[in-house]
Amino acid sequence: MQKNNFTEFLIEKGLFLTAIFSIIMILIIILFILIEGFPAIQEYGFLNFIFGMNWAPSEGEFGVFPMIIGSICVTLLSLLMAVPLSLLCAIFMAEVAPNNVKKFLKPTIETLSGIPSVVYGFFGLIVLVPIMRETFGGTGFSMFTASLILTVMVLPTIISISQDALKAVPNEYREASLGLGATSWQTIKNIIFPAALPGIITAIILGMGRAIGETLAVIMVAGNVALVPNSIFSPLRTLTSNIALEIGYATGIHHNALFGTAIVLFLIIIILLLVANYMQHKYKIDAGSGYL
Amino acid sequence: MNRIEVKDLNVYFGDAHILKNINTEIPKNTVTALIGPSGCGKSTFLRTINRMNDLIPSFRKEGDIILDEEDIYSPKYDVASLRKKVGMVFQKPNPFPKSIFENVAYGLKVHGIDDKDFLHQQVEESLKAAALWGEVEDKLDNSAMSLSGGQQQRLCIARTIANNPEVILMDEPCSALDPISTTKIEDLIHKLKNDYTIIIVTHNMQQATRVSKYTSFFLNGEIIESNLTDKLFIEPKVKKTEEYITGRFG
Amino acid sequence: MNINKIIPPKIAQKIMNGLFIASGLLTILILILVLGYVLVKGLPVVNLEFLLADPIDSGRAGGIFPMIISSIYVTAIAGIIATPLGIGAAIYIVEYANANRAVRLIRFGAEILASIPSIVYGLFGLAFFVVFLQFNWSVLSGGLILAIMALPTIFQVSEVTLSSIPSSYREGSYGLGASKWQTIYRVVVPAAIPGIVTGIILGMTRAISEAAAVMFSVGSALQTPISIFDPGRPLPLHLYTLATEGISLDNAYGTAAVLVIIVLVITIGTNLIVDRYQRKMTGG
Repeated sequence: MQKNNFTEFLIEKGLFLTAIFSIIMILIIILFILIEGFPAIQEYGFLNFIFGMNWAPSEGEFGVFPMIIGSICVTLLSLLMAVPLSLLCAIFMAEVAPNNVKKFLKPTIETLSGIPSVVYGFFGLIVLVPIMRETFGGTGFSMFTASLILTVMVLPTIISISQDALKAVPNEYREASLGLGATSWQTIKNIIFPAALPGIITAIILGMGRAIGETLAVIMVAGNVALVPNSIFSPLRTLTSNIALEIGYATGIHHNALFGTAIVLFLIIIILLLVANYMQHKYKIDAGSGYL
Repeated sequence: MNRIEVKDLNVYFGDAHILKNINTEIPKNTVTALIGPSGCGKSTFLRTINRMNDLIPSFRKEGDIILDEEDIYSPKYDVASLRKKVGMVFQKPNPFPKSIFENVAYGLKVHGIDDKDFLHQQVEESLKAAALWGEVEDKLDNSAMSLSGGQQQRLCIARTIANNPEVILMDEPCSALDPISTTKIEDLIHKLKNDYTIIIVTHNMQQATRVSKYTSFFLNGEIIESNLTDKLFIEPKVKKTEEYITGRFG
Repeated sequence: MNINKIIPPKIAQKIMNGLFIASGLLTILILILVLGYVLVKGLPVVNLEFLLADPIDSGRAGGIFPMIISSIYVTAIAGIIATPLGIGAAIYIVEYANANRAVRLIRFGAEILASIPSIVYGLFGLAFFVVFLQFNWSVLSGGLILAIMALPTIFQVSEVTLSSIPSSYREGSYGLGASKWQTIYRVVVPAAIPGIVTGIILGMTRAISEAAAVMFSVGSALQTPISIFDPGRPLPLHLYTLATEGISLDNAYGTAAVLVIIVLVITIGTNLIVDRYQRKMTGG
């Protein structure tokens, strides 16, 4: 009996260690990124680093602002296309489509999310870039091309999470609205969609995180010029691309500045995650208090 | 004159035969109660009258339901206007997660009414008719979720009344409520019966005797007996009805 | 609501139905386009020789055998490390933890791990595994990074599955005098196996698809890795290199096709196996 209790005790402690492993890993990641990145920010100056317009490692210039703008632009443009399409598709799958259509769409979404990002980038490079070049002139490597690829890549994220949010809306709301003679679209627009909105916003934020974090697919089609883009057909460089393009040969403070870029990226992702969590938390209580 | 006539109605969900050869008439501006054990088809019958069963993919029906001389299942019949004309109050109070005002105004708005003064006037009248006005008049902008269960159910009745229906279907409207709230809803039904044709599904036979003029007894998807409530409960003609109302099964 | 006057509800309904169907069709079309293009262009290149030969002249000719082995290596290392960690953490959260704040912290930790951009993992792997722990450029370094990336997926899916196991199962086992661990090990985990396997596969798919996170830690060797300390070049990284350095378009197509097929086979295969297991368990 004594021995049994001891085994149970050991198992519990062992499981506890696996549970806090993630936390320990995050701390180590943060530590290493900070150690490597901090010297650059310290030497170049925090504000110069963040708001500097000039990234020219050979001249000792390390302003990441064009990349911040690049990441934001390409992400927003892709969301502009992905959000309407994914929401329509999510509503279609959760509310409108008959079962046999759903059976077809579900694996479609799963497969889309399973295709490796390099394959999307490759497709963009081989198929989209030439089309863009012929249609809009220029090199074909541009914010728009990158956004198109990102649109496809964030679709499955936004669709599947918002679909869950829509399905979680109690059926009683649907019945009440339809019972009052509302059409199915009126019911979706006025009742279901507002009730699912917190979850849908979370879905969009997570899609946003995926777009901001994507690296190679963007590198392959964005042109990677470290300048603030002046139209959607300009080439641009994102924060992630900046790291991937230069870490292979960077030394000294240049090396540190790339880790500094990662710090900026990390902060953006943490902020997005906090907002997503806040949205879910704040509205859960209101929507969940249900009946009686 | 009869408001609703049901002729040879059979309802199936997939292979399951839920309602069998229903023939009945529901008179105008009275309360008709549907009683019977769980699973006897009374709720399905109710939901056939405003075509809520259309939402279930495996639903199939034979026979006709005539409302004011029109077949409500004819392809020409507009479902939205049917559900406006035939309102429904559900088992669990199901207000929308919106303000009290928005809940009551919802039906009017989806039917294209956006005149503010008119909306306010209708909301007030409906809440008064549902005996809720006094309790909520100074907090119309509060969430409907902040109301108690009984208040929520009266809000749902007000929401239905605001649509200016002719028929109100009530699917066990008190089963989720405490006795005091139940009394309030029953009083309300008494008030409404002169202006609306009310069909109420209930598990509670005392409730049927308290609120209804006519009662139909459902068993295994069939109507066993329909009569004036007083007659049905005092001198049932069919043995099974007698067994049910004396509590021998169900 | 003014819009009601301009567009009658029934017309609006028709318009929206059209848009819904269009969105579904567009999504399917995108998949067919990407998948179809890669397979149509890539499959003619793929044959037994392509799969089993070494690359010649940095991949201009020859096959992708070393890349397949590299991919298997890094994915297997990731799986071996991440699976016990992910499942263990999920079991702890669902069965043992009762401090709400700790649970929230661990969940948030998993969300952070799941959201860190892969390139940041790449940098971290370089600084930590390659340089600090001196694993150098090796499939071990790459596999360890992928393990951290796959961990949150396995954890999250397992957690959801374990919490969905009815507590009556646990009570039944306790009622027969089983200890907590016996209950978990013999009753709860077997019931959750389909979900847990799905989680592991999702994590593995993430690992086998990843290029950015390993590009600075597995090296870029064209030889077949033998030991875990050898450098390698997993398929996605090979594809990236072939495509961006304009080495060989044909071999890039072939590599892309192989990669896509691996992912498809894994996903579809697991779905089938999980389905069958579930049916067996529930007797359906």
